[in-house]
Amino acid sequence: MLPASLDLLDVTYFLSGSVLVSSFILLYQTRLFGILNAFALQSIILSLAVAWQAMVQQAPHLYVTAVIAFLMKGIFVPLVLRRIVRVLNIHRAVETVVSINLTLLGGIGLTILSIMVVFPIARAADVLVREDLAFALSIILLGMLMMITRRNAVSQVVGFMAMENGLVLAATGARGMPLVVEVSVAFSILIAFFVFGIFIFRIRERFDTIDVDDLSAHRGDAR
Amino acid sequence: MELINDLFAQGVQMMLTLLAAPALVGLVRKVRARLMRRRGPSIFQPYADLFKLARKEALLAHSSSWLFRAAPYVVFAAIWVAAALVPTFASGLMFNWAADILAIVALLATARFALALAGMDVGTAFGGLGASREMMISSLAEPAMLMIVFTIALLAGTTQLSLIAQFMLDQPVGLRVSLGLALIALIIVSVAENGRIPVDNPATHLELTMVHEAMVLEYSGRHLALIEAAAAVKLLLYVSLIMSLFFPVGMAQAGGTPAAMATGMAWWAGKVVLAGALLAFGETAVAKMRLFRVAEFLGGALVLGLLGMILLFVSRSL
Repeated sequence: MLPASLDLLDVTYFLSGSVLVSSFILLYQTRLFGILNAFALQSIILSLAVAWQAMVQQAPHLYVTAVIAFLMKGIFVPLVLRRIVRVLNIHRAVETVVSINLTLLGGIGLTILSIMVVFPIARAADVLVREDLAFALSIILLGMLMMITRRNAVSQVVGFMAMENGLVLAATGARGMPLVVEVSVAFSILIAFFVFGIFIFRIRERFDTIDVDDLSAHRGDAR
Repeated sequence: MELINDLFAQGVQMMLTLLAAPALVGLVRKVRARLMRRRGPSIFQPYADLFKLARKEALLAHSSSWLFRAAPYVVFAAIWVAAALVPTFASGLMFNWAADILAIVALLATARFALALAGMDVGTAFGGLGASREMMISSLAEPAMLMIVFTIALLAGTTQLSLIAQFMLDQPVGLRVSLGLALIALIIVSVAENGRIPVDNPATHLELTMVHEAMVLEYSGRHLALIEAAAAVKLLLYVSLIMSLFFPVGMAQAGGTPAAMATGMAWWAGKVVLAGALLAFGETAVAKMRLFRVAEFLGGALVLGLLGMILLFVSRSL
């Protein structure tokens, strides 16, 4: 089936590395549709990585996780967000981010940081688990970076979802997250997603924009 | 005897690079034209252009200095020598051992430096504009290039191109993320360095968007011919570099039999044609970027290179 030259480690490493790379692709985007496509790509790669882990670890419940990741985050969430973007008529909007290069370099810094943090701590763990945890932590941090540097509410939602992708990667690598926990995480994310969706429409209705910077003026501490 | 054979093989490589380069440019133009449903000029048109330019009188501006006259020769020499160092149809040729990939990067930088100086020498607005843009692009492309070089050098344990190509041939490299990232980054850098779309449009003479063309606007006659030939050789150099680093299939060995060399040559020709066609496809598919977007594009290449190195580091410490 697979060529013999591809050993197990290489494929695992390739897949989890690709999820990390797709996080950077996500950070690179400035257009909303680009962000959504990159997010769908990340989720699909993630589901492949999870399915591969399920095969390697002989853990059938991980297949469920993979399917949830693929259907929910690979197809459903991007489609709904795409619809929101179109309904709000902001699909031509170019996001004004800090600076793409600065953000990307910050992302590299975060990746190095998480590798430096995870490697000494998980010294005793299995090599693949260690590498998986390091990648997962950096994907979580990159999701946070995305939420910090973006001003548009839709891309902040995507940043949040990308963080969750990192969590799933960590959970599958660590061999032992029970299915119940995974399903409940998936559903709480889904609920959060709906809350976000309603939130976006409400902001839009009230303030005529979904640029969250404009909300600062309405905070109590504003001058 | 062996020395003579080596010298001969190296000489063939150098002449072949020089002779094939305009054809590659012609091929890219032809494929692009066909994709746009035009018939396009013949593949051999660039040769005719070069001969025409070489025969024509070289006009010099009154304000130009010796630098302006010397620059085309420096540019051409530096790029041709760099091209001789890259393995094309065979690895381990005589000059391959003289310098490594860092030397090639340095030679190309020298050529660019000379051309930028010449662009500013006459003192016209366009020359200065082109030179400053070219320097901006190269200042972004160079770090990315070095990151790619380091990634590959870490992986193969050497910066000698022939040894790297040998390493890639021998080892079942498998699905290496770092290598894929380095490949994408190197393609981005090559596009920028050769002034192809989306960074620069080689066919344009619209003042607002010119980069390379603005720099060489004052040149004519044999000087222009040299610069155009150097640009063509540079494109072939980058194609050969990518091929020898990532797809060294079919490359002949040093001191191989003439038959092996001929096979290597056929492989090389096939790979170059394929790369030229892919370049033309890519160029028709995308639009030219705003100049300020180029910084982000090349910054992406730098980040990919860095990321490749980090991933490699992680997999090393596994």
